[in-house]
Amino acid sequence: MKLLPKFLTSAALAVGLALPALAQDPFKVGFIYVGAVSDMGWTFTHDVGRLAVEEHFGDAVETVFLENVPEGADAERAISQMILGGADMIFTTSFGYGEATNAVAGQFPDVYFEHATGYMRDHPNVSNYSARFYEGRAVLGHIAGQMTESNIVGYIASYPIPEVIRGINSAFLHARAVNPDVEFRVVWAYTWFDPAIEADAAQALVDAGADVIMQHTDSTAPQTVARDAGIISFGQASDMIQFAPRPRVASIIDNWAPYYIRRVGEAMEGTWEQADTWEGMPTGKVLIGELSDAIPAEVRASAQAMIDALKAGTYHPFTGPINRQDGSVWLAEGEVADDGTLLGMNFYVEGITGEVPN
Amino acid sequence: MIVDPVTLMVALITVATPVLLAAIGELVVEKAGVLNLGVEGMMIMGAVCGFVVAHHSGSAALGFAAGMAGGAALAMLFAVLTQLLMANQVASGLALTLFGLGLAALIGVGYGGLPLPTVYRPFPEALRDIPVAGPIVFSHSVLVYVALMLVAAVWVVLTRTRIGLVLRAVGENHDAAHALGYKVVRIRIAAILFGGACAGLGGAFLSVVRVQNWLEGMTAGAGWIALALVVFASWKPWRVLLGAWLFGGIAALQLRLQAAEVGVPVALLDASPYLITIIVLVIISSDRSRAALNAPAMLGRIFHTSG
Repeated sequence: MKLLPKFLTSAALAVGLALPALAQDPFKVGFIYVGAVSDMGWTFTHDVGRLAVEEHFGDAVETVFLENVPEGADAERAISQMILGGADMIFTTSFGYGEATNAVAGQFPDVYFEHATGYMRDHPNVSNYSARFYEGRAVLGHIAGQMTESNIVGYIASYPIPEVIRGINSAFLHARAVNPDVEFRVVWAYTWFDPAIEADAAQALVDAGADVIMQHTDSTAPQTVARDAGIISFGQASDMIQFAPRPRVASIIDNWAPYYIRRVGEAMEGTWEQADTWEGMPTGKVLIGELSDAIPAEVRASAQAMIDALKAGTYHPFTGPINRQDGSVWLAEGEVADDGTLLGMNFYVEGITGEVPN
Repeated sequence: MIVDPVTLMVALITVATPVLLAAIGELVVEKAGVLNLGVEGMMIMGAVCGFVVAHHSGSAALGFAAGMAGGAALAMLFAVLTQLLMANQVASGLALTLFGLGLAALIGVGYGGLPLPTVYRPFPEALRDIPVAGPIVFSHSVLVYVALMLVAAVWVVLTRTRIGLVLRAVGENHDAAHALGYKVVRIRIAAILFGGACAGLGGAFLSVVRVQNWLEGMTAGAGWIALALVVFASWKPWRVLLGAWLFGGIAALQLRLQAAEVGVPVALLDASPYLITIIVLVIISSDRSRAALNAPAMLGRIFHTSG
């Protein structure tokens, strides 16, 4: 008990001493990554955003990051540790960090939290941000539907969450629109990043007759399989341009840098407000990588027209008439999907033959 | 046919090979009475060393040699800690995994996505084109056949030779082996190095043949499956092969059932290798005499010359 007042005094002293220095202290921003920066996919693109923040703010901002943080209880510890290490703002860059982010946010009300692709905002200091990847998927589906000869498109999915299901639906609708015979075969890998399983899943799809591979997992392993099998694929999250012009004929690129720079700036100025940001191709948060020469010229032209319409905001990928898988009407003629339904999407659209796993 | 059995067999053999290589090495280590839990770390070291050397030298064979060297180098660290400094094997093994994952990430910075030489396939095109048998038997890369020969070699050495007898003696009763004049520590170090080289080769197969890329953390738990496999196989070489094919077969089959749109409980199938291992553990431990016959008696025990 005697120690306590003494400890408090020295703590107060330490704070007092630290105060003048605080003004020059750089604003510290922490990033929690689900994979490795070197994955050349999802995590790589978030790290591109982090580096852009460093470059933009120079000495005023310091960034730290942790790779391969498991989703779940471990993430809570990793985030706390980062804050105890001085972080003023935390970006948690995977869906599965939702609970951990909110749990820690409750304990540190002065720290800003940004959780990617999630929906939980239990505390005023938590924001969500995501990108409308399904806009990009529409373009890829449009290309895939016209380039497949076996009429079987293989799709490597990660987890059955709305974001992934949305992507499958968007790609399928736009493939079907240009090719009434096309079928999608979906394999759930139950991982975001496991090159061996992703490669095996791609091989299984090739063996099942797919001649186009789409992936919603983070590594380039499916690209290698597609190359060896002589079929085509699409870059995911990052451009994966090293696999162009074949197998990678196009790609969806996540462009986080503008958002990260804006939000860090707002937090430093004190104008940061809780938000749920969901931007897509119009603001450049989702980009389509170069359409390679392997795509026939007329397909490239129509894909470019779709890209332009999506960028201009004049076209919504989920525009009716669209039925649910069971045949019931989801969107009437000309009706556009509302964000609420899209964010909670847990059903396939009509024409997809598989089932969404529970 | 919902799932093509030929492509399933081909995939199964490829999927099983890295784990098979690591497990057959660990079997020898455990037969010598040493429990090395660092298989995952040694595998990833093999993966990165194999990839880096294969990329620079343009020779897959040199890459495989480097993978073995990388795994063995990490195993040497374990050998020094546990055999010379008498450190706890479980703790050292776990530390080895963490260290290997970190060191491999460091070595591999900047190597992701670089080109690799093609891997030698020992059988000519004509044989590979034979229906059914061609793809299953003759289509694989050289390392697949090496792994199979290794299983046979380990079985012969362990059960039919004097060296195998000595190795098992060290694993069953190191004091008696020592009293007979066998160099317990040296024999165990040799076994540990062999195990490391095998795990490293398994890792190199993963990066150079199966994924053809270096990605941080790419072993993703294969080392732990190899450890489970040794127990599953109750320390018998041919059962390791059977188990590897069974585990690999389940993994390859569940993906194909999904691709064929057969409703399968994916999570259950994914977990089944671990469930089977637990069931086997329960079965072998329910019968004291049989368990005693199979598990090396000195497994994980530290050897002091004073006895």
